[in-house]
Amino acid sequence: MTHPQDQRPALASESLPAADHDASDALLDRVQQAARDNTPLRLVGGDSKGFYGRPVSGETLSLAEHTGIVHYDPVELVVTVRAGTRLTDLQQTLAEAGQQLAFEPPHFADTATVGGMVACGIAGPRRPWAGSVRDFVLGTRLITHDAKRLRFGGEVMKNVAGYDLSRLMVGAQGTLGVIDEVSFKVLPRPAASARLRLEMTRDAAMARLAEWGREPLPITGAAHDGETLHIRLEGGAGSVATTRERLGGEPDDTDFWRRLRELKLDFFSRRNDSRPLWRLSLPHRAPAVPLDGDELVDWAGAQRWWRSHMSAETIRQHAAHVGGHATRIDLDQPHGIEMPFTPLSPVLAKYHRRLKAELDPHGIFNPGRLYEGL
Amino acid sequence: MNILFDERLDGALPSVDREALIAHLQAELPQLKLLHREEDLRPFECDGLSAYRVLPMLVALPETLEQIASLLETCHAWGVPVVTRGAGTGLSGGALPLEKGLLLVMSRFSRILEVDPEAHIARVQPGVRNLAITEAAAPYGLYYAPDPSSQIACSIGGNVAENAGGVHCLKYGLTVHNVLAADVLTLEGEHITLGSEALDTPGFDLLALFTGSEGMLGVITEITVKLLPKPEVAKVLMASFDDVEKAGKAVGDIIAAGIIPGGLEMMDKLAIQAAEDFVKAGYPIDAEAILLCELDGVEADVHTDCETVRGVFEAAGATDIRLARDDAERATFWAGRKAAFPAVGRMAPDYYCMDGTIPRRELPHVLKSIAELSATHGLRVANVFHAGDGNMHPLILFDANAPGELALAEEVGGKILELCVEVGGSITGEHGVGREKINQMCAQFNPDEITVFHAVKAAFDPHGLLNPGKNIPTLARCAEFGAMHVHHGNLPHPELPRF
Repeated sequence: MTHPQDQRPALASESLPAADHDASDALLDRVQQAARDNTPLRLVGGDSKGFYGRPVSGETLSLAEHTGIVHYDPVELVVTVRAGTRLTDLQQTLAEAGQQLAFEPPHFADTATVGGMVACGIAGPRRPWAGSVRDFVLGTRLITHDAKRLRFGGEVMKNVAGYDLSRLMVGAQGTLGVIDEVSFKVLPRPAASARLRLEMTRDAAMARLAEWGREPLPITGAAHDGETLHIRLEGGAGSVATTRERLGGEPDDTDFWRRLRELKLDFFSRRNDSRPLWRLSLPHRAPAVPLDGDELVDWAGAQRWWRSHMSAETIRQHAAHVGGHATRIDLDQPHGIEMPFTPLSPVLAKYHRRLKAELDPHGIFNPGRLYEGL
Repeated sequence: MNILFDERLDGALPSVDREALIAHLQAELPQLKLLHREEDLRPFECDGLSAYRVLPMLVALPETLEQIASLLETCHAWGVPVVTRGAGTGLSGGALPLEKGLLLVMSRFSRILEVDPEAHIARVQPGVRNLAITEAAAPYGLYYAPDPSSQIACSIGGNVAENAGGVHCLKYGLTVHNVLAADVLTLEGEHITLGSEALDTPGFDLLALFTGSEGMLGVITEITVKLLPKPEVAKVLMASFDDVEKAGKAVGDIIAAGIIPGGLEMMDKLAIQAAEDFVKAGYPIDAEAILLCELDGVEADVHTDCETVRGVFEAAGATDIRLARDDAERATFWAGRKAAFPAVGRMAPDYYCMDGTIPRRELPHVLKSIAELSATHGLRVANVFHAGDGNMHPLILFDANAPGELALAEEVGGKILELCVEVGGSITGEHGVGREKINQMCAQFNPDEITVFHAVKAAFDPHGLLNPGKNIPTLARCAEFGAMHVHHGNLPHPELPRF
């Protein structure tokens, strides 16, 4: 069904690297078939984040051929992209116009797609200052359980008509519907940036960050690796220069933030380290969590990576105790692991199940990807 | 067109024995403030959309969570519709009562529970006024960013329910971007916490789903908001234009220059004149349009950006450009804009405020079409525009006492919203659908999409007792009114007469 809002001007950008290939009809056919046969589908974009969730058994529904930047108008700060478009292609197009996805999504592999990025909802080191993936999602086209291609949200910054189905899809990992197309708010790339390293203890770093956090400084990255506080500044040339002078420290490795975002620092990829990797998401000023193991702090304290042998239950209890949650991540398990995410409270779980039952009554979309039975 | 609840189109509502319900609630909750006499109900018969009034069956003013939970359990068991109300400033009739419903008034939940300057958060009850949060945070150099024009009176609970905006949304986001967590009571009286002070939570993003859901999914009982450090400096430039189109182009040019202003507002001639008459902000009354551009941040950057924007305005053909000399003049520049609604209100007995959003590139076309609608219907329209984020507030002037004018104003308003949808926008940017735009929802969404909305609703409220008739129309309503939608200028069934 065509939509009254389908009218769009011609593409504003000249050379689009992403192949323009609309595979919606084929996707709709597959979903229709699956609904008819009650066949579970495993939704896959670039399969770069398979580790982030639970294994799904089902027929693979690949979005990778559904590519192209449908509409990009830099002056409107909006881009609309088909789900299978490679993230690198989108980012290149944005960069050519001096813009970016402010939430700094990780790729984990070159094959990473825009749809997978939205489904997983993982943001990079800039998250506490710029916002999350869902903060920049303006609209989506979804393929529903009954093989309808529907539009929610749109290409405007403000839109409060109806429930926010688009943002609900972020992080739902395809369990509520197939993300077909997404519109994002994009922002200008910063005019200036700087990367600093300051040698100090973890506690000293946390104290400094608390102090700086109360001022409008152009900080867009703050991580501590056990010995060094890494700071990234982004903003106008004037404020970056002034702040850099004020904070002191030494120029940092230019690749640090990419390797942190992509989980490519030694901390993550130590081959000889058999201790499980945990991601703790906590209030940024939560006290240090008393785990045995090694810690890498990101997001100015709101995201803490741990390598620890302690039991999942203990780690989750510690995280919950300070108001957060813990996710077990095993980068070597390309299809995921049995229980990556912190279990939901019984009442929340009930409403998750009800929502799943309403939006995917036959359980065909990525069943069990987040939790058993969801 | 009458937008009051119509069981024929909006679905049958259960009828309960009012006296028995009162007796039950008085026995169950003796401490609960429960209003049931007509003179006590009267003050609650409308919200900010005062053209529509309905006397609720009952009004409850709970003071404890236990009272709310117990009320909801009773309403669930008895089949009583519940309309939740905050400060009652909403402009879309989201808190319009129901004759057969209980009005749940949250105004007594008005405590700021915590302001934590280290954590940059405030934990508040839903009845706290928007501005009160910023006032409480000010001693720490912090503030709460979303600032709807009603911020002096509107409550944060209502802000979350409507996903309220303001004049700084392009840079600082809507309510959904500034709320970290919400405690909710479900219709079944269960307590759930959505979101957290941590930056993400496991499972679905129900906080995003509940934000802007207009009281249709649950009752919000506590909110944690994010506080931001107050920008070191803020400057405002005012540019005058002899042509609205030039002003519209200048907006795009500012963005193209890589600048995201803290606020970027446009007013057209009628709005300028109204505001100038009212607050003497020093606006150029001869101009066809003015732009107010606020740049905030660190001093060095703001200075550079001011120069860039000044250059953009010059190149765009501004006839006059003024930089507010100091904070006092900056406040004066803003005073005219912030008072635009009441100012326009002085020019006619009544006005009807619209809230459509459009892609900015469509502005000249949309303004021209609005001018045509204004001329053909004989109603003046003043335009106030959050230019940075494409949110228009056309104000339709009319006289409700003149026969037929309210209906005419509604007709013009409806056509403006449908125009917004046609150019790729939305029928509401920040005021919500409520009851007011329930028919226009059928223009923005097709029946399949509306069916999905109903499915979401059913997950939380299968019997449709929370705020029935708001936000999402029934398919029956769309069949009746959606058919009137003019698509690409073509009326469906043009052979049929229309009245």
